Amino acid sequence: MTPSDDLVCCPVCDTLHEIHGVEEGKRLRCVRCNTVIAVDRPEAIVRIVVLATTSLVLMFIVIFFPFLELRNGVFDSRASVFETAMTFNRGVMAPLAIAVTLFVIVLPVTRLVSFVWALGPLSFDRPPLPGAAFALRLAETLRPWAMAEIFMIGVAVALVKLGDLATLAMGPAFWSFAAIVFITALQDTQLSKYSIWTALDTASQR
Amino acid sequence: MDGTGHRIAALTAREAGLVGCRHCTRVSPIGTQTCPRCGGSLESRDRTSMQRVWAWWIVGLMAYIPANLYPMLLTRTVGQVTDATIVGGVIELAHHGAYGVAAIVFFASVIIPVGKFIAIAYLAVIVRRPHGHKPSQLLHLYEVVEWIGRWSMIDVFVVAILAALVQFNLLATINPGVAAVCFALSVVFTMLAAISFDSRRIWDQIRRTSDESPA
Repeated sequence: MTPSDDLVCCPVCDTLHEIHGVEEGKRLRCVRCNTVIAVDRPEAIVRIVVLATTSLVLMFIVIFFPFLELRNGVFDSRASVFETAMTFNRGVMAPLAIAVTLFVIVLPVTRLVSFVWALGPLSFDRPPLPGAAFALRLAETLRPWAMAEIFMIGVAVALVKLGDLATLAMGPAFWSFAAIVFITALQDTQLSKYSIWTALDTASQR
Repeated sequence: MDGTGHRIAALTAREAGLVGCRHCTRVSPIGTQTCPRCGGSLESRDRTSMQRVWAWWIVGLMAYIPANLYPMLLTRTVGQVTDATIVGGVIELAHHGAYGVAAIVFFASVIIPVGKFIAIAYLAVIVRRPHGHKPSQLLHLYEVVEWIGRWSMIDVFVVAILAALVQFNLLATINPGVAAVCFALSVVFTMLAAISFDSRRIWDQIRRTSDESPA
């Protein structure tokens, strides 16, 4: 068989499908493994860019503002995500510092920037920037390694552990973080590899 | 070939003499090294996949053992030092009456990692030979393993947050123990093991068995 634009393989089980456009609002699933292959949502690209930009702005608040405040008659302490990542920066614990920084700050931010870089111009009907394909692949590869939402659950557990030691208050970063987690979940439902790559193809041919 | 409709019933790209890109779903003639659309590397079936799965699995297990034996958290209150392992921390939470949170931590740091080791090994062993399992069930198992693995990181983040917040010199300090590093590494290694697994393999063996014994 000769490859063509209509011929698509399922990324999960390698089954071939022939796609002649998708009806608006419909999902196309793999016949064999039921993975969603294509979703036709013309507004999906714009939505991803908007959500990613919002998350990026919130990320700044998250990194540098305190997300938890610990108060007790005697002592008082607050922590930002940045400080949390930096607590282990000495001795044996240095790998932990690197891991926390990567998973909670660097990788989520890289992923968001990649999305905006690759798809931003498309939402303004412009040709894509150089390296758009690389950025899009990077965003996809980083998906399991961006762990902001897991950090949120960690915050909740820490709250309980310290509950009887002192009074705890959530800082502004906590709520921004909660918003990011929600936005990321929303953003991931918009994704379909076939649709995004087809959109990128069409834009670069213009 | 009955490729008349919108889909070609269960013909794989490989059988059609093509290689499919797992990044962008485009197909190219077999033997193509990089995808012309997205620049990702192409391989019809990942031949080194199983070796990588087992390699990451073994180092993951090696890191998981000290993660359970050594302390995760070192608490120093007015000169007294207490340490807690992963399981110890869960028991402590339960003593405080926080059963819900204790359950979450227990699930994330004990059930998920152990379940993951078993599930990955099971998948890696079973796809090598003909098996009678439904491929969709195996795929579900794989997807659950791949999705849930990262949630084990909860305990590492909890330790990081506690250590950042509780630094009051003489009164109370919390520091991470060696187990925190080991556990984080174990989670990363098992995630890599899950990612190395080539899900297309689940179907290949099924094909072969049904070809041998037409039912």
